[in-house]
Amino acid sequence: MHLVLFFIFGGFCVAGALNLLLQRHPINSALSLIVVMTSLAVLYLLLGAEFLAAVQVIVYSGAIMVLFTFVIMLLNAQREERTHGSRAAYILGFPGAAALFALLTFIFISNGKSLGFAVLGPDMVSTSQLSSVLFRDLLLPFEVTSVLILIAILGAVALARHHEPHKDESKTQGKER
Amino acid sequence: MNGSMTVLRILPEIIFTLTGVAIMLIDPVMPKQASRKPLGWLAAFGALAALIASLYQYSLPVGTAYFGVVQTDAFSVFFHVLISGIILVSALVVLDAVHPDTESLGELFALMSFGAVGMLLMTSGVELLLVFIGLEISSISTYILAGFRRKTAKSPESALKYFLLGSFATAFFLYGIALTYGATGTTRITDIAAGLATSHALPIAVVGLAFIVIGLAFKVSAAPFHLWTPDVYEGAPSPIVGLMSTAPKAAAFAVLLRIAYEAFPQLQNHWMPLLWILAAVSMTIGNLGALRQKNVKRMLAYSSIAHAGYLLVAFTVLSTDGVAAASFYAVAYAVMNVGIFAVISHAGGYEDRLTLIEDYKGLAYRSPLLGGVMAFFLLSLIGIPFTGGFFGKFYVFAAAIHSGMIWLAIIGLLNSGIAVFYYLRVLTATYTKPMDSSPVLNVPRVSAPLCLAMALTVAVTLVLGIIPGRVLSMARHAAETFPVFSTQQTPVPGTASAVMAAINTKAR
Repeated sequence: MHLVLFFIFGGFCVAGALNLLLQRHPINSALSLIVVMTSLAVLYLLLGAEFLAAVQVIVYSGAIMVLFTFVIMLLNAQREERTHGSRAAYILGFPGAAALFALLTFIFISNGKSLGFAVLGPDMVSTSQLSSVLFRDLLLPFEVTSVLILIAILGAVALARHHEPHKDESKTQGKER
Repeated sequence: MNGSMTVLRILPEIIFTLTGVAIMLIDPVMPKQASRKPLGWLAAFGALAALIASLYQYSLPVGTAYFGVVQTDAFSVFFHVLISGIILVSALVVLDAVHPDTESLGELFALMSFGAVGMLLMTSGVELLLVFIGLEISSISTYILAGFRRKTAKSPESALKYFLLGSFATAFFLYGIALTYGATGTTRITDIAAGLATSHALPIAVVGLAFIVIGLAFKVSAAPFHLWTPDVYEGAPSPIVGLMSTAPKAAAFAVLLRIAYEAFPQLQNHWMPLLWILAAVSMTIGNLGALRQKNVKRMLAYSSIAHAGYLLVAFTVLSTDGVAAASFYAVAYAVMNVGIFAVISHAGGYEDRLTLIEDYKGLAYRSPLLGGVMAFFLLSLIGIPFTGGFFGKFYVFAAAIHSGMIWLAIIGLLNSGIAVFYYLRVLTATYTKPMDSSPVLNVPRVSAPLCLAMALTVAVTLVLGIIPGRVLSMARHAAETFPVFSTQQTPVPGTASAVMAAINTKAR
C-alpha cells in the first residue's frame, strides 16, 4: 500500500516539476509547483512525519503558493518569449541536467545496498522532538533566519521603492549614456 | 553552559545586527531631505566596535556555544577580524563616494551591516545549516547591493544575473549538504570526519563534497564558475564592488578551508585534484581575460578571478603551511583590493564617471595623492616586494613548491608574469600626461573618510609587506586549530618552513 502510494505521488511530484519547467506561462508553472508541494506533503506523510506534512500543506501549498499566484496575476505576467539566449540555454541545459541526473542515479543505485532503510519513528518526527531540534540544537540558525528574512524585506523595499525624479535626473542619465 | 560566555562567542555578530537594526529604525525617522551620511558613520562605528570585539575574542578559550553550532577558535577569530576590518573600510569608502541625496542610502548601510552578520557566522559556524544561512545572508545582501545604481540599466541587470546564477550555486551547496548528511548522518562539520570513517556510502559523500565545492567556487568566482564576475563588477557601484570582491569571498574561502580540512580530511585524494584544476584554470582564465579588458572594473574582476586561483593553490598544500598561506593571502588580497576600489570609487564616483583605462590618464597629475595610492596598490597586486601582495604570493608558492606542487607553482608564476602587463597598463595611464584635447579629469576633493580608509589600507599593506611575521604567526596559529594538523606531525622543515621561521624570528 505504502509503495503504491509512494509511486503514485512520487510520479505526481516529478511530473509536476517537469511541467513547471516546460510550461511557458508563469501561472501554469505556479500551479504545477502547487502539485509538487502537495505531493511532497503526501510523501512526508508516508514517511510518518505528520507534522511536517501538515506544515508543508499549510505553509508551502497554502500561504506561499497563493502569494506566488497573486503576485503573478497582479503583475499580469505574459507568456515568456523565446530569445536567442534561451535557445542556447536549452541546448546546454538539457544535456547538463541529464548528466547530473545520470550521475546521481548511478551513485544512488550503486550505493543503494549500503544505505539501508531510514526508519522515521515517532521519536524522530514527533512535534516535541522537532521542537527540541529547532529551538534547542539549532536555536541560533533559527534565530539568524530572522536576519535573512529581514534583509530580504529591506532589499525588496529598497529596490522596488518609487523615487520621485530629481531635478537633474535627465542630465545624469544623458551623461551615463 | 556559561551564559555570558555564550554571548561573547557571537559578540561581533550581535554588534553588527544591532547596528543594522539601529540604522533601519533611524532612517525613516530622519527628515526626508536630511543627509544620510550620519547613518554611514554609525555603520562605520558599528564595524569598529565589531573589530574590537573580534580582537577581544582572541582572549576567549577555544570552545563552542549554542549547542555546538558556533565555534570560536583562532581560525574563526582571524577571519572575524579581517571581515570586520573590510566592512569598516568599505563603510568609509561608501561615505566618501556617495552624494548626500543618493537614493536608499540608509538601506545600503543597513544591508552592509546585516551582510556582515552572515559572513561572520560563515567563518565561525561549525554546523553546515548555520553556514548555509550565513551564506544566504551574505549572498542576498550582495545581490541587492549590486543593483543599487538604479538609474543605469546595467546595475539592475547585473544584480538579476548575479541573483539567478547565485541561487543556482546555493542550490548546489545545499544539495551537497543533504548528500553529506545522507552519507554521514550529521551536518556538524566536526562530526563529519568521524562519520566518514564509519560510513558505508563514501561515493555519496564524494558527490556531496563535489557539490559543496561547486557552490563555494561560484561564491569565490573561481573559473569555470566565474562568468558572472565581470558583468556584476561592472554594473555594481564601485564602493560596493570593493566590499563584495573581498568580504564574502574571504568568508567563503574560510568555509571551504574548514570543510576541506576539518570535515573531509579523509577524502583528501578526491578534493585535492579538484582544487588543483580549479586553481590552475582560475589563474589562467583570470589573467588572460584581464589582458583583453579596456574597462578598469572588468579588468579588476578578471584579476580577482586570478587571485582566487592563487589562493586555491594554497589549498592543495596539505599542511599548516598551506592553510596559513591561504589565510595570509586572503588578508593581503582583501586589503589591496578594498584599497584600490577606494581610489576608483572616489575618482569615478558612485555613478562611474570613469570606466575605461584611458579615462584614468593624468590622474596622478590631477591628484598626486590618489595617483600615488593607486600606483601603490597596483604594485601590490602585481606582487612587488615591500607590499602585502608580494608576501602573499611568496608564501603560497613557497608552500606549493615545498609540498611538491611544482607544476602548479610554475603555472602560478607564469601567470603572475602575465598579470604585470595589465596592471602596468593602468599604472602608465595614471602617470601619462593627458593630451590637451582630452576633457579635463574632474576629481572631487579628497574627504576625511577616504583619507582614513586609504591610510588604513596602505598601512596594513605596508605592514604585511615589511613585517609580515606577526600576521603570519596568527595565520599559522589559526591553521593549527584544525585537528588534522594537531594529530599528525608537521613535515620536516624544508625550504618554505625554514624561510618562514627565519622571517618570524627576524620580525620578533
